[in-house]
Amino acid sequence: MSAAISVSGLVKDFGSRTRALDHLDLEVMTGEVHGFLGPNGAGKTTTIRVLLGLLRADEGQVDLLGGDPWRDAVALHRRLAYVPGEVNLWPNLTGGEVIDLLGDLRGGSDPSRREELLERFQLDPTKKIRAYSKGNRQKVALVAAFCSDVELYLLDEPTSGLDPLMEAVFQEVVQELRASGRSILLSSHILSEVEALCDRVTIIRAGRAAESGTFDELRHLTRTSVVVDTAKPLEPVTGWSGVHDARVQDGHAEFSVDPGELNHVLEHLVELEVRSMVTSPPTLEELFLRHYDDDVTGSGAGVAAEVVPTP
Amino acid sequence: MSGFTGTMRLVRLALRRDRITLPAWILGMTTFLAATTALFADGYTKHPQLLVPDTRVVVENPGMRVLGLVTGRTIGGYTLHRDALTLAVLAALMSVFAVVRHTRQAEELGREEILGAGVVGRYASLTASVIVALAANVVLAALLGLGMIVTGQPISGSLVAGVSIAIVGVAFTGVAAVTSQLASTTRGASGLAAAALGGSFLLAALGNMLGTVDAAALRVTSAWPAWLSPIGWGQQMRPFADNLWWPAGLSLVSLGLLSWAAVLLVGRRDVGRGLLPERRGDAHARPSLLSPTGLVWRLQRGALLGWAIGLFGFGLVFGALSEQIRGLEGDATEWYATFGGDVDLLGAYWASMLQIAGTAVAAYVVTFLLRLHHDEAQGTLEPVLGTAVSRLRWLAAYAVNALVGATLLILLFAVAVTITGGLVLGDPAPLLLDLVGAALVQLPAIGVLGGAVLVLVMLAPRWSVGMSWTLVVLTIILGPMFGPSLGLPTWLLDVSPFTHVPNAPAVPISMGPVLGLVAACTLLAAAGALALHHRNLALPA
Repeated sequence: MSAAISVSGLVKDFGSRTRALDHLDLEVMTGEVHGFLGPNGAGKTTTIRVLLGLLRADEGQVDLLGGDPWRDAVALHRRLAYVPGEVNLWPNLTGGEVIDLLGDLRGGSDPSRREELLERFQLDPTKKIRAYSKGNRQKVALVAAFCSDVELYLLDEPTSGLDPLMEAVFQEVVQELRASGRSILLSSHILSEVEALCDRVTIIRAGRAAESGTFDELRHLTRTSVVVDTAKPLEPVTGWSGVHDARVQDGHAEFSVDPGELNHVLEHLVELEVRSMVTSPPTLEELFLRHYDDDVTGSGAGVAAEVVPTP
Repeated sequence: MSGFTGTMRLVRLALRRDRITLPAWILGMTTFLAATTALFADGYTKHPQLLVPDTRVVVENPGMRVLGLVTGRTIGGYTLHRDALTLAVLAALMSVFAVVRHTRQAEELGREEILGAGVVGRYASLTASVIVALAANVVLAALLGLGMIVTGQPISGSLVAGVSIAIVGVAFTGVAAVTSQLASTTRGASGLAAAALGGSFLLAALGNMLGTVDAAALRVTSAWPAWLSPIGWGQQMRPFADNLWWPAGLSLVSLGLLSWAAVLLVGRRDVGRGLLPERRGDAHARPSLLSPTGLVWRLQRGALLGWAIGLFGFGLVFGALSEQIRGLEGDATEWYATFGGDVDLLGAYWASMLQIAGTAVAAYVVTFLLRLHHDEAQGTLEPVLGTAVSRLRWLAAYAVNALVGATLLILLFAVAVTITGGLVLGDPAPLLLDLVGAALVQLPAIGVLGGAVLVLVMLAPRWSVGMSWTLVVLTIILGPMFGPSLGLPTWLLDVSPFTHVPNAPAVPISMGPVLGLVAACTLLAAAGALALHHRNLALPA
């Protein structure tokens, strides 16, 4: 399988003091929906702008649909569609005009597809952009992108402001696009959306790729939670290597274990005569919160508040 | 809680936001006035015998009275005549932009919503913006007066002079307070206020041109239209001669009435909306919209229509006054020597009018090209460049529209002058040909200024707005309308592209300077394009 997007060692500086991207690696396979996650300010939008040739890479290799996004911007843009994170459109044009305009500038769009999407997203195309709510402006950008039949879709937090009904429509459309073999890079904070849609995810933190892989792969890299009851007292647990966040009361303990140390911890537990034991893989929120929370620049509370938990 | 709760807090917020903008406007205007006063004072101290004939040129010549009035023989009064219109327009624009920035723009960008959710009264933003603009004009009046005093002019006259400029700003503070309620966009609110400013200039110009000259040829009594215009009120204070204070009261009264009207309007509309209703539009784009050029045309056509109406109106008035110019003799004709008047007086009059119109069209081109920066900074550029549109194609769309817009405007002005000029003089056909030629030779100079704006937007996007307008003012000052009378060295005057515009139809068009300007314009545009091609875009975070 070839790569729709292949980025390695990407560096982007703004001025001499701000390094927005710090040797970022990112690979999106053809035909996959790839989740792009990270706390605010981690560099997601900057990455997408480099992929669009709006910003120039300072270092590193960037390959998009087999071309150089800076040099071949126009030719590549005929083959992709983009939904910006912050949708700024011309206040005095109507939604319908903007959809036609952006589709045409991209090299043409399908009129029947346009009508179908307007229907599904319940968007009135005769209103002026300035009269739309934030969610409806977002729908204009989505319809404008989806009515073009292209190979790659770059979606930067595309569902911010959508109601749950429209979120469901968005997920349906993305599933259909995946079924027909399109590649999609989806930057998002909504974990249920990422889990429902994405084949693989990349987590970006302070301009670097912190993790990349399928959900199962990511889970294997992360600590397992253990709840255990033993006949003998469990106090020694706190001293074992690989054990974190232990709460112990006589023969009952709850803690988490590093993936490499699980077998080792089990051996010790057996010596204490296990009566019952539950181990569980980390939930998605735990997985992401760990990455979001460790962010060097972000404060834990502020960053955590940005994450929308799975219902 | 009253409707005005929180006003003083919003005043502090506005002053904090404007801590660079407003001082820059005020200091720039003060420096301009002080510097020109020093130049004129120096010239007339060395050659005192020139002051009376020079004053008579201005008083007797209706074309010069467009710029303002001089009363009696004083250096201060003569200087102010050369500067007053520029300063009055700048004071008005400073006030309009300040009021719109803190009212309509805050609403359009959603800031007003956050403020309005706090303990802030319904009228607080409006009142705060009026207070800030009024305060800026008080400071402006004082500094302008000081600027003339330190260059040796009488104290009472200098103070009246400062006030005569600032009251134009005061009146337009009120105008902007109302237009901010009528229009639902920043651009619309500023545009309506600018249209009122154009009307105000036209009324003052008409009143002065139709006025009567006294026996000593040192005083003009203006006709009634001048009294309908805030610019006219400032001129009627007659600094350094009569030193009248009471016309300033007209401005204060109009500010009071307009602010009261604005408060009433605020009470009748929703936040974020204007009074003019929001209409629905087309569900599908017309084919003409479906290209960068078509999109840019669509975005500018409203503004272009406003400018077109304004320039057509000025053209009709200036054309109708051709008859009065033909009858001029003696001192009054001297000013036209700059425009080839020793050969053909009427031709020189038209040449000078086309230069004024050319300057106005240049201002249009600059506001239009600065949209390139706003597209980039406000994010509307991003979705376009995300499609198969290259940066150069986007730039070209702007260049084409600037050229088309400027050509339409200047030709419209020439046609308007021909219509009324032809009526009063007879024989419009050859006049049309002459004036169309004279109009077209303005375009290369306008293009040079446009090219310079492109370079600024591409190389220094954050500073491009302020630097572009500074450039406009400088090229006007160094151009033929002001430059030669300031006694500045020729090489400095040569910097302004307007210096090189042939004085058609007074003298035949020589192609050398025209081609030179075209080459300069092309070079600047190419430099701008090259810079855009290589740099990062300054997109919103």
